[in-house]
Amino acid sequence: MLKELALPLLLTAGLIAPTSVVADSDIVLKSVSTDLPDPGRMFEGPGSDAANNNCLACHSAGMVLNQPGLTRDAWAAEVNKMIHAYHAPVEPQDVAAIVDYLARIKGAQ
Amino acid sequence: MKAITRRSLLGQAATASILMAGRRAFARPSVDLGLPGGPGVRPLTTDFPEKGAMILQRSRPPLLETPFEVFDQGVFTPNDRFYVRWHWAVIPTDVAVDSFRLAVRGHVATPLSLSLKDILALPRFEIAAVNQCSGNSRGLFQPRVPGGQWANGAMGNALWTGVRLKDVLDRAGVKPGAVQVRFKGLDEPVVDGAPDFMKSLSVDHARDGEVMIAFAMNGKQLPLLNGFPLRLVVPGWYATYWVKMLSDIEVLDRPDDNFWTKSAYLVPDTPGADMKPGATGVPLVPISKMGPRSFITNLKPGDTIQAGAPVPLRGIAFGGDAGVTRVDLSADGGRTWRPATLGKDEGKYGFRQWQASFTPPSAGAYSLAVRCTNSAGLVQSDRPNWNPSGFMRNVIETVAVAAV
Repeated sequence: MLKELALPLLLTAGLIAPTSVVADSDIVLKSVSTDLPDPGRMFEGPGSDAANNNCLACHSAGMVLNQPGLTRDAWAAEVNKMIHAYHAPVEPQDVAAIVDYLARIKGAQ
Repeated sequence: MKAITRRSLLGQAATASILMAGRRAFARPSVDLGLPGGPGVRPLTTDFPEKGAMILQRSRPPLLETPFEVFDQGVFTPNDRFYVRWHWAVIPTDVAVDSFRLAVRGHVATPLSLSLKDILALPRFEIAAVNQCSGNSRGLFQPRVPGGQWANGAMGNALWTGVRLKDVLDRAGVKPGAVQVRFKGLDEPVVDGAPDFMKSLSVDHARDGEVMIAFAMNGKQLPLLNGFPLRLVVPGWYATYWVKMLSDIEVLDRPDDNFWTKSAYLVPDTPGADMKPGATGVPLVPISKMGPRSFITNLKPGDTIQAGAPVPLRGIAFGGDAGVTRVDLSADGGRTWRPATLGKDEGKYGFRQWQASFTPPSAGAYSLAVRCTNSAGLVQSDRPNWNPSGFMRNVIETVAVAAV
């Protein structure tokens, strides 16, 4: 009973927009308006500029920093995958600098 | 003399956590996933909308892992602890229920533009089903592979409520000659020219009466990050097919050649998607059905138990694309096994709880292993699979504990 009364009352009172709820029997769908948190930290240290300038448009730095150590070849393959499969707009002159940086901070152990 | 304030205490706590973890000055809790070779430490975050404490794998686009203890708390994973995985960073954060539309188009007699009201008016359907990332447990692969470095928490089980995809396709009228059905959500790539995230199923699969367009999980609307307002549910198949914020269904009269269907999410065409590291020329096929998995949830590696006393063991199992027939336990490294007692069957695609008891005969180290057999006769292997994408891990899990 309360459930049936609540919506018209709220609508009459102007407390919610009239179209923010779609309901049918026991299912109520309410519009969502929210924000996602800040992506957080950037790459740090010598040589990090190329990574900051080219990688962070699509994903946060944490994705990279959480990776295991990989060989330079494996990092080159990752950077090339970003460019060719995912169309990352990496400046051609920055590719080697990014791979060097990644191989240095996350090199194979 | 300087007064001790709350702020200075917090400062000391932060300093201590830096010294202990050797990490940046975040005075927030973290978890060590114990990934071989590391790094395994991740922050726990409560910063994401409609989400409780989650393991932060990546903030943008979000990859949030379910802390493993959640799986000990019940057979259904709460919505606010359900893992999150997005491919592209442009994710709408405002979704209005009145203006949202689901398009059904392509090789159909009558293209549709369905409102949520239209969808709620269709016959309802409920199913318990495990949603598991193709790369769940990738961080445990050895040799390690790049990608989201998940431990075992990129999975969850929910009771999904929605409508049959078949009913929606029948309303549009699939024309003869249809081959596949392609699904797209509201998320978009950041950069021009990058491939929209889309996945396809065969027409027969799409019309099997189980594939669902869900508008509720566990009785409530989906969290935005789990795909509000609509998500495709493909019981028994990996989550890559469970397209979130589903807004577009396109019936194709040709095989889908988009990147995500044709070139991504491929696995070796071998039993268990297994291959030798470094092998070349291995035939690849699109990932599809899940296999059986099982976990001990009330003990974690390194726990201490009492020798000579019965220790209750419990956990979860799922069969993949088939039900759970049996769950067995071993306390001697897999030499001998004995059956666990299965809990309530909530449906063949969901988690099934199991219980057992183990009495360590004497003090010492014990390796407790759990193994699921599904109703199709598939048994978890004692040898981990390997492939370069880190997909489809379902090795027998062991928990090393000490009896004292």
